Amino acid sequence: MASAFEYAPAPESRSVVDIAPSYGLFIDGEFTEAAEGKVFKTVSPSTEEVLSEVARAGEADVDRAVRAARGAFGKWSALPGSERAKYLFRIARIIQERSRELAVLETLDNGKPIKETRDADLPLVAAHFFYYAGWADKLEHAGFGTAPRPLGVAGQVIPWNFPLLMLAWKIAPALATGNTVVLKPAETTPLSALFFADICRQAGLPKGVVNILPGYGDAGAALVEHPDVNKVAFTGSTAVGKAIARQVAGTKKKVTLELGGKGANIVFDDAPIDQAVEGIVTGIFFNQGQVCCAGSRLLVQESIHDELLDSLKRRLSTLRLGDPLDKNTDIGAINSAEQLARISSLVEQGEAEGAERWSPACELPSAGYWFAPTLFTNVTQAHTVARDEIFGPVLSVLTFRTPDEAVAKANNSQYGLSAGIWTEKGSRILAVASKLRAGVIWSNTFNKFDPTSPFGGYKESGYGREGGRHGLEAYLDV
Amino acid sequence: MSDKPKNTKNTKNTEKAAQTEKNGQAEKNGQAGQAEAQRLSVFKTYKLYVGGKFPRSESGRVYEVTDPKGRWLANAPRSSRKDARDAAVAARKAFGGWSGATAYNRGQILYRVAEMLEGRRDQFVREVAEAEGLSKSRAAVQVDAAIDRWVWYAGWTDKIAQVVGGGNPVAGPFFNLSSPEPTGVVTVLAPQESSFLGLVSVLAPVIATGNTAIVIASEKSPLPALSLGEVLATSDVPGGVVNILSGGTAEIAAPLAAHQDVNAIDLAGADEALAKELEIAAADNLKRVVRPQPVDYFGTPGIERLTAFLETKTVWHPTGALGASGSSY
Repeated sequence: MASAFEYAPAPESRSVVDIAPSYGLFIDGEFTEAAEGKVFKTVSPSTEEVLSEVARAGEADVDRAVRAARGAFGKWSALPGSERAKYLFRIARIIQERSRELAVLETLDNGKPIKETRDADLPLVAAHFFYYAGWADKLEHAGFGTAPRPLGVAGQVIPWNFPLLMLAWKIAPALATGNTVVLKPAETTPLSALFFADICRQAGLPKGVVNILPGYGDAGAALVEHPDVNKVAFTGSTAVGKAIARQVAGTKKKVTLELGGKGANIVFDDAPIDQAVEGIVTGIFFNQGQVCCAGSRLLVQESIHDELLDSLKRRLSTLRLGDPLDKNTDIGAINSAEQLARISSLVEQGEAEGAERWSPACELPSAGYWFAPTLFTNVTQAHTVARDEIFGPVLSVLTFRTPDEAVAKANNSQYGLSAGIWTEKGSRILAVASKLRAGVIWSNTFNKFDPTSPFGGYKESGYGREGGRHGLEAYLDV
Repeated sequence: MSDKPKNTKNTKNTEKAAQTEKNGQAEKNGQAGQAEAQRLSVFKTYKLYVGGKFPRSESGRVYEVTDPKGRWLANAPRSSRKDARDAAVAARKAFGGWSGATAYNRGQILYRVAEMLEGRRDQFVREVAEAEGLSKSRAAVQVDAAIDRWVWYAGWTDKIAQVVGGGNPVAGPFFNLSSPEPTGVVTVLAPQESSFLGLVSVLAPVIATGNTAIVIASEKSPLPALSLGEVLATSDVPGGVVNILSGGTAEIAAPLAAHQDVNAIDLAGADEALAKELEIAAADNLKRVVRPQPVDYFGTPGIERLTAFLETKTVWHPTGALGASGSSY
């Protein structure tokens, strides 16, 4: 539907970022080639343009990086907390200074809209370093004993959906508590982590404290298995999380896992509809739905189903899909061809199983990886689209009649990461929130994040919390 | 302490008396002893404690439990995997009610367990002494510490949320609160060597926080654990909140470590090889795992075993426009 007022293009300039034709691994303060000389290309999902060629870490590189981290651990952990704090404050400040550059870079490499990298990712990245900087010299007051000790070398494996934010979630608390780090970014989004290496250089961070190893799953597995790694932190799929839990069995490695989700977003009949519609849109279409805590199951009270769906469809028709660098873009590109194929196949399965598919009229660009915002109605709890994490802009709509039924349906999942509740009735929010088996509950809001707030899942959404005071525990010997 | 044995040698050398002693008859002597000796003591058939009831193993199997010197004490039920699954069902069924009870209520019930144990102190001193080959006085120290441990955990139920939860000062117009919640059904492999103090030390924190428990008693010394079931049954602990199984630790633990409706496992009573095997099985539904570690059960427990079986839930809600945005109410 063409509207009366068309938007003029408002592209963000990409001249603020200077991407080199090739990058190495960042080990012991130096960029270096991979031992086996392997490289891989990283492309921009919205154009399929090759952005750069990046060294691909193998087992020998993992070993080298772990040694570097081990070598740096003694001095780093012995620094007074106030000194470590100053390094983290420096990093936070430099991230703020280079925030525009990093936002554009992240949009190019990941495909998400500049609106999100600029207004959500980067401010949160800086905020996490600020928050944990302040903990570094106050650890004895954090409630983990009077002399909490770091664990040693942290092996960290992060996903591609929030490349720099996940790096911040992992590295900031690790450094604040005196650990050293080997981090493997995802193979489709290695660039912002490599730019972060440069930030470490600018901040004067001692060599070896942070090591970055772009690579594939084999490098991640080698890092998890390395005998000299004391702490494993992983964010990603539940299947890989389970494999990691098996790998570390019988060892002394401390593990935190931030895994998948199938968040229920529950809308009661007294909810403010317009506000709820905005929350539903944020819940599932933020970052093209490639969010582990996405509200991908909408549970609507039956009596308002039609009214809500009408509003929702109307709202979806106004979402703008296209060039992620355009400041007016709401929906960017899917991160990779592989992910696009996975989304497409699950959606086809949804149709085959009898759920009703709907998308607004939406023109997809010819190059790049794109998927139109999609709704499924007539969904039952047995449908694949109601059970499996799709990790894309696909919302399944189910209905309920009573609060008990809403709770039962919401909890009917192997996952337990997030949930949303929409109602004007305070007592109902509290009653339902207390019965939901999920680690984060958003009431009359959705997809809010803050470094002071613990985030993590129940059930097969993993264990441990990131963020807040709780996030320190993962990196302390307690 | 008043019940220090007058002469420890006494209890050691009278082998013939051992049989009757196990039923608490021994400490009598003199003329009355003559008549008492004629009386056959009444043995107890030890049973499992599952879902608030005392079943035998569905398998009908038992195994011989002896004291460290090899003297027969009782035939304990040898639980099967079906018993383990029944216990998991009972524990799941009890979870809603127990986790939904107020912390104040749970605290009183845990304290009630201590009260009941105090009343049965002599029985447990005897059972622990036999099970672990200890003198009465040393067994008494264990039992007293175990009773005190229930009291310690009773006091934690309504404090842990304040200590590990809290309001988070988010940078925006939101109210946001983190609170701990029980993770669900927890399987506990009780320590093998400490038949009662160790058992209580790993069980009490699980239920203090609102989880329900399946306890696999010490394989060698299961009798104090099975008797604890009788105490729990009369302490207002709802049926199914604690389920106690005896038998082969590895045999019972394997199906529970793999059970999809069990949320966590404490491997205290597993050796290194078994612990690794169970931890691998536990990964299948990402159970929370507490690995075996050296513990001095006489030391003051930290809160690690309480927090190990808690999840943190963070609830967000808008507060309406606040000062930061320049508007007012």
